[in-house]
Amino acid sequence: MSRKLPAKDVVIIGLGWTGSILAQELTDAGLDVVAIERGPWRDTASDFPPSYSPDELRYRLRHELFLRPAQASLTFRNNLDQTALPVRSWGAFMLGNGAGGAGVHWNAETWRFAPTDFAFKSHVTQRYGAKVLPEDMTIQDWGIGYDELEPHYDRFEYLCGTSGTAGNLKGALQNGGNPFEGPRSRPYPTPAQKQPFSHTLFAEAARNLGYKPFPQPSGNLSQAYTNPLGVQMGPCTYCGFCEWFGCGNYSKATPQTTILPVLVRKPNFEARMECEVTRINLDRGGKRATGVTYVDSSGEEWEQPAELVLLCAFQLFNVQLLLLSGIGTPYDPKSGRGQIGRNFSHQTVSTATGFFDKAKFNFNPFVSSGSIGMCIDEFNGDNFDHGPHGFVGGGYMGQVQTNGRPIEMTQQLPPGTPAWGARWKQAVKDNYLSTVYAGTGVHGACASYRTNYLDLDPTWKDRFGRPLLRMTMDLHDNELRMSAFLTDKYAEIIQAMGANQVAKQPRKGPYDITKYQTSHLCGGAIMGTDPGNSALNRYLQSWDVPNLFVQGASAFPQNAGYNPTGTVAALAYWSAKAIREKYLKNPGRPIDA
Amino acid sequence: MRIISRRHLLATSAVALFILPKSSFASIIRGALPWTPGKSDPPTRVMPGPWVYFTPAEGAAVEALADRLIPPDPETPGGKDAGCAIFIDRQLAGPYGRFDGLYMGAPFQPGTKQQGPQSPVTPAQQYRLALAALDRHCRASYGDLPFARLAGDKQDEVIGNLENGSIKIEGRSGSDFFDQLLKDTRQGFFADPIYGGNKDMASWKMIGFPGARYDYRDWVDRHNERYPHPPIGIGLHPDWSL
Repeated sequence: MSRKLPAKDVVIIGLGWTGSILAQELTDAGLDVVAIERGPWRDTASDFPPSYSPDELRYRLRHELFLRPAQASLTFRNNLDQTALPVRSWGAFMLGNGAGGAGVHWNAETWRFAPTDFAFKSHVTQRYGAKVLPEDMTIQDWGIGYDELEPHYDRFEYLCGTSGTAGNLKGALQNGGNPFEGPRSRPYPTPAQKQPFSHTLFAEAARNLGYKPFPQPSGNLSQAYTNPLGVQMGPCTYCGFCEWFGCGNYSKATPQTTILPVLVRKPNFEARMECEVTRINLDRGGKRATGVTYVDSSGEEWEQPAELVLLCAFQLFNVQLLLLSGIGTPYDPKSGRGQIGRNFSHQTVSTATGFFDKAKFNFNPFVSSGSIGMCIDEFNGDNFDHGPHGFVGGGYMGQVQTNGRPIEMTQQLPPGTPAWGARWKQAVKDNYLSTVYAGTGVHGACASYRTNYLDLDPTWKDRFGRPLLRMTMDLHDNELRMSAFLTDKYAEIIQAMGANQVAKQPRKGPYDITKYQTSHLCGGAIMGTDPGNSALNRYLQSWDVPNLFVQGASAFPQNAGYNPTGTVAALAYWSAKAIREKYLKNPGRPIDA
Repeated sequence: MRIISRRHLLATSAVALFILPKSSFASIIRGALPWTPGKSDPPTRVMPGPWVYFTPAEGAAVEALADRLIPPDPETPGGKDAGCAIFIDRQLAGPYGRFDGLYMGAPFQPGTKQQGPQSPVTPAQQYRLALAALDRHCRASYGDLPFARLAGDKQDEVIGNLENGSIKIEGRSGSDFFDQLLKDTRQGFFADPIYGGNKDMASWKMIGFPGARYDYRDWVDRHNERYPHPPIGIGLHPDWSL
């Protein structure tokens, strides 16, 4: 039986980016906040010091910093006719764990979504007619606009010290930036990172083809920076051990390097680590959350009452906890009714590898950073006429190669190379320094569909005996056509860089749980304009339980062609502002739109 | 030498135990960033010496396999002398060999390729079964000789038959074991030498990877120049040896 603890104003489930942002904002408002986090405390000096952080085997192959599937996994199937089976080791995406969450191991690409992304359905329907959307595609507008989010994007970028070149300042286009981005109220806080050889060569080739390349917005900082909270960050050293790794230089924007040093010093904040929330508790009527129940590392169960509950876990686990707590109505793909688990989406990533003459090209691929790169945005969103192409959506593309780590990078060899023996060895030697390979060279959108959804698995259980989440997910023709088109465009640029040989790798179906794309899972508890089309209102407040707010990419109705963290964080600031300025004046009630 | 003042201990461990009862096993973070001297967890260096997991015959077979998958050449050692078999042996004896941390909930049932591996057989068990089956195959097909004693071209023939699935292991295609073996051998060849393979950073020297240098600020805009410095490993930085 659980033992009851003294009540708090706010309990936060999960201490990643959104949990840290909400805790910072609500402790500033004078509330007493406790964050409960499943994983361990982690910090730079003790957990990823430069002395042993650059270890490809430990962090990249053996997943040192990630959640262990034994702690919590999920089951997966492509369609309703299959039996979902457990994901026994991670593949298609990686799940963070501990202080900082996925904000520790991310590459720190800090994009904003484009203005049209937030009203994507209205926009494409207006431009191309409703018939352009397949019958089973369930995309919808967000219920929020870019202009409303802009101040919150800005806030996150200044928290992180993001390095980049503005493309649009208050409506005036800027040379060297992304001409397709929404208007910014001010420039990036720090200038763009320097670019290595192959990234620069990509930009030249793109420019010669008539595109407008720009540096990827980077949370690996080009210079030292002190953020508005007074937390200091160091310059990135281009070490090439960023994504999947913690940063030993305090130069990647993470909760540890931007918020936590200030947050933990506040008398009205406490974090309980290595404690897993097992359910959100409701009152008898089921319309008010009374707090959470969690289990500590000894297996002891505790009840933490609170006036306000903030669900800030990773997307999958937000949805799982809602389902396990009986909040909202589970989505049924046959009837289309129910909102919890609906509109699950991921990403449509592809690439093309370029093999160059080693006598002329020496790329030093190990000189890199997680969010370095030169990109173009001509084929993202609706920045081009989709009329002749038979699909909607798009993606950015670029030379965004993050590293030259040898176990991973020596897998890129010219087609036809044997897998072993003397010829394999010679090919590895001949190509390592002269190959261009960005795993996410084409970073494409993923629409939502009637049969891509999340629910509870009937068979497999987690370590507490709770049902695992079940993912039903496949790639649809729209995304496959988009991937083929975008990959062709990308390969043309790689070819124009002077490659001897280009190996195209467009995304192919069926969706494969073993093949890494990105960790950008979306949807399942989406935001919207009324309880008939969403789980949350536009402030991320639950329609069903108004003293519960659900943060994170679980609120995205579908995924855009950009990395999600900028939008996740902007929504967290937007939601925090609504809690402070609206909700707290009339707590326990739905906020008026 | 570490000096921990009593005041420091009190300051960092007096964390809010009065809020949660003493019996709670939560780690409470409150009032200050926690920091404990020496808490960091560097990897343990693999020491040379006898096999830890393999039998001598298994070890000899894996050395011979690794040396055909990655053959020696005049400039760079092959899989055997680079220590790939030592790497695999120590990995199989550790968490990797036991599937530690993976989801092992029953039932186990076969699925589609897209659903990923569903076998309860751990890598350590897989090697034991597969190496025994390989030994039987070689003795039956090549005059009672084990794999390690076959001529190079015959060894390549056996590996090719593993790769294409014509050699069966426990009734199943040998290509699963081939994939596992090739993945592990390459990891041993390219991973940091602290794990027992990549002896003297031979593979890094071969391809031009400088290892754990961690700072290329002077090099990011020196385009199309060969990086001149030799590699260093995480356990082998000259400044860190005592």
